[in-house]
Amino acid sequence: MTSFRSAALAAVGLAAFLALWEAAPRLDLVNPAFLPPPSSIPAAFAREVAGGAWPRAVAESLSHYVVGLGAGAGAGIALGLLSGMFRWFESLTAWVVRLLRPIPGLAWVPFAIIWFGVQPSAAVFIIAIGVFWIVFFATQGAVRGVDRDLIEVAQAFGFRGPFARLVKILLPAATPGILVGLRTALGQAWMAVVAAEIFGVPGIGARMMQASSLLSTDIVVVYMLTMAGLYGLFDTGFVALQGWLLRWRA
Amino acid sequence: MSSTQSPIIDIRGLSLAYERDGRRTEILSSLDLAVPRGQFLVIVGESGVGKSTLLRVLIDLAKPSTGTVHLDTDPQKTRTPMALVFQDARLLPWRRVIDNVAFGLERHGLSKPERRERAAAMLKLVGLSDLAGRWPHQLSGGQRQRIAIARALAVEPEVLLMDEPFSALDSFTREGLQDEIQRIKAQTGKTVLFVTHDIDEAVYLADRVVVLAGSPGRIAADVTLAPPRPRQRRDAALVEAARHLRAELSRRSAEL
Repeated sequence: MTSFRSAALAAVGLAAFLALWEAAPRLDLVNPAFLPPPSSIPAAFAREVAGGAWPRAVAESLSHYVVGLGAGAGAGIALGLLSGMFRWFESLTAWVVRLLRPIPGLAWVPFAIIWFGVQPSAAVFIIAIGVFWIVFFATQGAVRGVDRDLIEVAQAFGFRGPFARLVKILLPAATPGILVGLRTALGQAWMAVVAAEIFGVPGIGARMMQASSLLSTDIVVVYMLTMAGLYGLFDTGFVALQGWLLRWRA
Repeated sequence: MSSTQSPIIDIRGLSLAYERDGRRTEILSSLDLAVPRGQFLVIVGESGVGKSTLLRVLIDLAKPSTGTVHLDTDPQKTRTPMALVFQDARLLPWRRVIDNVAFGLERHGLSKPERRERAAAMLKLVGLSDLAGRWPHQLSGGQRQRIAIARALAVEPEVLLMDEPFSALDSFTREGLQDEIQRIKAQTGKTVLFVTHDIDEAVYLADRVVVLAGSPGRIAADVTLAPPRPRQRRDAALVEAARHLRAELSRRSAEL
């Protein structure tokens, strides 16, 4: 199939989806209060932007997202490197990891609220925890999988300490694996943003809950699409960055 | 001050064994070998005889069980008295060619422009200046091995160790590189320890051939080759030396 044909088919599919969505409330198959037709969304979007709610909610959520992602990924990479490099560290943490890893990020909400209150830091905390495990295991696995032969090259040229090994070989060699983990984390963190904010921390999630309690479903849809758009933007940017960082690969 | 007569490498009573699942395997046994400065020494032997292990001991990737290795190198001259060329090049895939060549210099206290400059000179020496900006995956096997040689020479080692460096290459490339390494040797005057299982390669390259045989590996023959350079591959003296070494190797194998 040519790329033009598949693009055309994709457009047809999207148009059909929107048509069905439009028809359902208009033909009274569904109560329009429960499912707003897509044609009502642009107006709702314009109102949200004009009232200032949209830019504020997006800015708040983005700051949770970026800080939570940064903290979780940073800690995940650092501890993943340690655990991948040193057997003793892996052994030391093995049972703690086994204990904490199965706990879903959302199960931390009660503690997030107790420790941080209904504050941005609570949202950041929940996002960071979800991101942490993904990046931690990706990094640990990537370091463990580094070709021993390349480590020998570094040793043969006199780079023998753990720091030299890390900087000269392990980190660059593990970068592809770490980036795969980061990309997964990028998506996971968006889910955590909404979940964390639904408990009241101001942002997209909180604004959606507010709108839904007033049955302003068109506004809920505005934010659902906003998240899809933002995620698409971040993912596209990340893939471009990944391609550049890994330009040395065949 | 070391006299020119004293060997640059003096190996005495070197043995290496490892233990796995309670079973002791000896790889090298009480090996004595003195390498004069500037010699092109080729070590031949069947696989598993400990040739590579010997190089790994010299560059401190493996520890001997007993014995000593004395190096008469000058620590003032370079921070890397020996450099190793691996059989499979082992370039770092995330570095461009020029930065692969400069790799070992990163602990020599040089600035980046100085490292690049020296790496560029080494690329010129192996005739691959055009490839400075390429990634390793864009190179042929022969090019990769020449880059690995440039990387080893860049640290200005007094001894160049080469572990079957041409054995994975096709025969045309191999012969080209055999001539090239002789040219580089003549140009730089380095001491070279070259490991191979190819007897014809050994006699073509060497000032001296040492045969390792047996399990654990011991020195079975030690032959000096006089023919002047540049050499002819069909030189009668080399053909005769190769015949003699083959006979020696098969006699040793028969004894075992």
